[in-house]
Amino acid sequence: MSNRSKLFIPAAFFLVMLGLLFYGLGRDPSHVPSALVNRPLPEFSKPALFDENQNISSDQLRDGIFIVNVWATWCPPCHVEHPYLLEISKREKDVNFVGVNYKDDVKAAREFLEQRGNPFKFNLVDLDGRLGIDLGVAGAPETFIVDATGTIRYRHVGVIDNKVWAETFEPILAQIR
Amino acid sequence: MIPELGHFALILALCLASLQAVFPMVGAHSGNTLWMQLCRPLSAGVWVFMLLAFGCLAYSFLHDDFSVAYVARNSNTLLPVYYKFAAVWGAHEGSLLLWVLILATWGYAVSILSRDLPLDILARVMSVMALITVGFLIFMLGTSNPFERMLLNTPAEGADLNPLLQDFGLTVHPPMLYMGYVGFSVAFSFAIAALLTGRLDAAWARWTRPWTNAAWTFLTVGIALGSWWAYYELGWGGWWFWDPVENVSFMPWLVGTALIHSLAVTEKRGVFKSWTVLLAIAAFSLSLLGAFIVRSGVITSVHAFAVDPERGMVLLTLLLLIIGGSLFLYALRAPVVKGTATYGGYSRELFLLFNNIILVVSTATILLGTLFPLIHEAIYGEANKVSVGPPYFNTLFVPLMAVMAFFLGVSTFSRWKRTSLQHLWQNLGKLLTASVVLGIVIPLLVTAHFNPSAMLAMALALWIALGVVADIWQKTANKASRVDGLRSLSLSYYGMQLAHLGVAVLILGVCLTSHYSIEEDRRLAPNESLTIGDYEFVFKGVEERRGPNYIADSATIDVLKDGEFYLTMHPEKRRYLARGDVQTEADIQVGFFRDLFTALGDPRGEGAWVVRIHVKPFVFWIWLGAFLMAAGGITAILDRRYRTKRVRDEAAVPAVGLKTALE
Repeated sequence: MSNRSKLFIPAAFFLVMLGLLFYGLGRDPSHVPSALVNRPLPEFSKPALFDENQNISSDQLRDGIFIVNVWATWCPPCHVEHPYLLEISKREKDVNFVGVNYKDDVKAAREFLEQRGNPFKFNLVDLDGRLGIDLGVAGAPETFIVDATGTIRYRHVGVIDNKVWAETFEPILAQIR
Repeated sequence: MIPELGHFALILALCLASLQAVFPMVGAHSGNTLWMQLCRPLSAGVWVFMLLAFGCLAYSFLHDDFSVAYVARNSNTLLPVYYKFAAVWGAHEGSLLLWVLILATWGYAVSILSRDLPLDILARVMSVMALITVGFLIFMLGTSNPFERMLLNTPAEGADLNPLLQDFGLTVHPPMLYMGYVGFSVAFSFAIAALLTGRLDAAWARWTRPWTNAAWTFLTVGIALGSWWAYYELGWGGWWFWDPVENVSFMPWLVGTALIHSLAVTEKRGVFKSWTVLLAIAAFSLSLLGAFIVRSGVITSVHAFAVDPERGMVLLTLLLLIIGGSLFLYALRAPVVKGTATYGGYSRELFLLFNNIILVVSTATILLGTLFPLIHEAIYGEANKVSVGPPYFNTLFVPLMAVMAFFLGVSTFSRWKRTSLQHLWQNLGKLLTASVVLGIVIPLLVTAHFNPSAMLAMALALWIALGVVADIWQKTANKASRVDGLRSLSLSYYGMQLAHLGVAVLILGVCLTSHYSIEEDRRLAPNESLTIGDYEFVFKGVEERRGPNYIADSATIDVLKDGEFYLTMHPEKRRYLARGDVQTEADIQVGFFRDLFTALGDPRGEGAWVVRIHVKPFVFWIWLGAFLMAAGGITAILDRRYRTKRVRDEAAVPAVGLKTALE
């Protein structure tokens, strides 16, 4: 390579990077890698939704695979997601669904699940959003896959429907089962 | 009315900047003095109208004008006045306005402070800066107008400023950072002017150096403030997370550091010319890249602004034009500015080149790590997400910095052109022995543990610090008295040594904190205690406390040192009433040799809480080191030789040329 053409290396390098950034712009930004992926689920102890005197702690989420879903009645996409969660939780018997009711009205949340069905094995209340902060939640709904060792394996932002479940969740679950 | 005035001021600034981008540049090429001289009044005009626009937005914030969409989204009548003002740059549109205002300010500063610059160079520099201003003003007016109104459905109350931003450190942090980012546009414009004219001599380097130092100093302060904020506000006890947004501020800093050193070589020895130009382009390009990454949502981060693909597209086009254009120009014109002088083995040039390469490789490492999630996705598809964490960055960056620290010590003692190995050994042999021995002995004596990493860090820090002292000692040896000797040394020399001392202090701070911090997250019942080293922390319990706009769970922790009462600490968890957000308020007792850090976790029933207690030795030295570096930068700018008259500059140019020709 001649000395002259070597001088074009920075420009060429930049153009490649620009192409990458252009690709990045076209992506759906709701699929975000989380800083917590491959790290342990944060420690917590939160009151149960249906029994305020009882606490559910992170220690109880140890045996098996857990899907931690952060939801609220004030969040319209959560209403959209709910029937899918019901259906999936009935189908996937070996996965435990955990509902984190996030900054919500506890009474409304109870009524919501009683009337429309409860997909969750554990229901806990994150009234002050502290667990949300620890999980790095940006909004609701968000869903985390936690494996049998208590490690977060995936974070999903936005609604889970059958397509998302089949294309995103199932491959990851197949890996960790 | 006022928002429209601000909008109009932005449009006028765009018109004036467009004129400034064209006429001085054309004038410089055709030799039209009048057109070249237009750059001064025009840059003053751009600055005045940008200031006016900024003032109008600030006015709208201070008067709670929620008909302005941006104000409604980022302010609230209950917000304290100080934060109302800071909210001007609290989100994308306003911070972009601040960005362009700062760009105009740098431009105006160059036009009034560079009286000694030949007019045709000044004209070209100002035109390039105006071109950047034009690009960003079009971006702002087209996609992110901060003055957009919602006259039909004016909300009665604003949505409030993000509570994380309601903090002094974080309100000062963005302006400082932008001063640094945008400040590199000056060196960038000088580089473009040099490529266009083919004139790149000692005088050029001398004009560019103080501007580069100034931008670098602001960036140093900005990054340090951000890291300090993370340390005391996030409640995790960490001070650097290798978060994408931190990385994009760190990359221009590293390249800027390389540029400062490369400029020194270009000025003194007339070599590394095309390398210097490339670094000047790279430093500003990385600043622009940072602006893009933060504002386009390409990479997710806690600090990022709202995602908007359209904005991203326009910014990407700007990047293509500015960076792509300048790199293309570089490829075509770099041979014209090539240096002619030579340098031999073990010369200072060579060691500075080593350090430059290490800094650039470090930058490339961080760039790769920051963009890697994107690369991985592009290759393996969207289902495969990865995030690159601190393990990657620490594994690569720390050894690189260790090598750099070693060469830093050597290059201080090396001489221009050629240094004999014997000379180097005479100076460095004793220093090397002293720093290695002390580096091993001191940690052993203090901790009674053999920790190789901490010893290496200690040795490297001593190596730099002892080198600084020895060099000053040597340079003052031949004078009538030491005081005379100290007086005879230039401010830029002191600036350099101060900044290098800052590096030593920073290395000590970072390494000793990382290796010797003791961190405990423990469930503590009332009156239960936890002992860390000499300190015993007694958890007294938690009480509810009302603050001005929050309710807090406030803990009381008595600290005993060697069994005697030392102090009481009150870490809190606050719930802010307006938005219901919960924030951890750590209580930190800052000390010169160690910080005591306490933060409150979750309640565990019966008055017991999870309490986070850290004892962090030397963590203060991290910011002390950054402060010393910034102080070094300022000291170097104050050197008299940057303010000498043009007559002397012109005399100096042929002299260097002659010297070069003789070699």
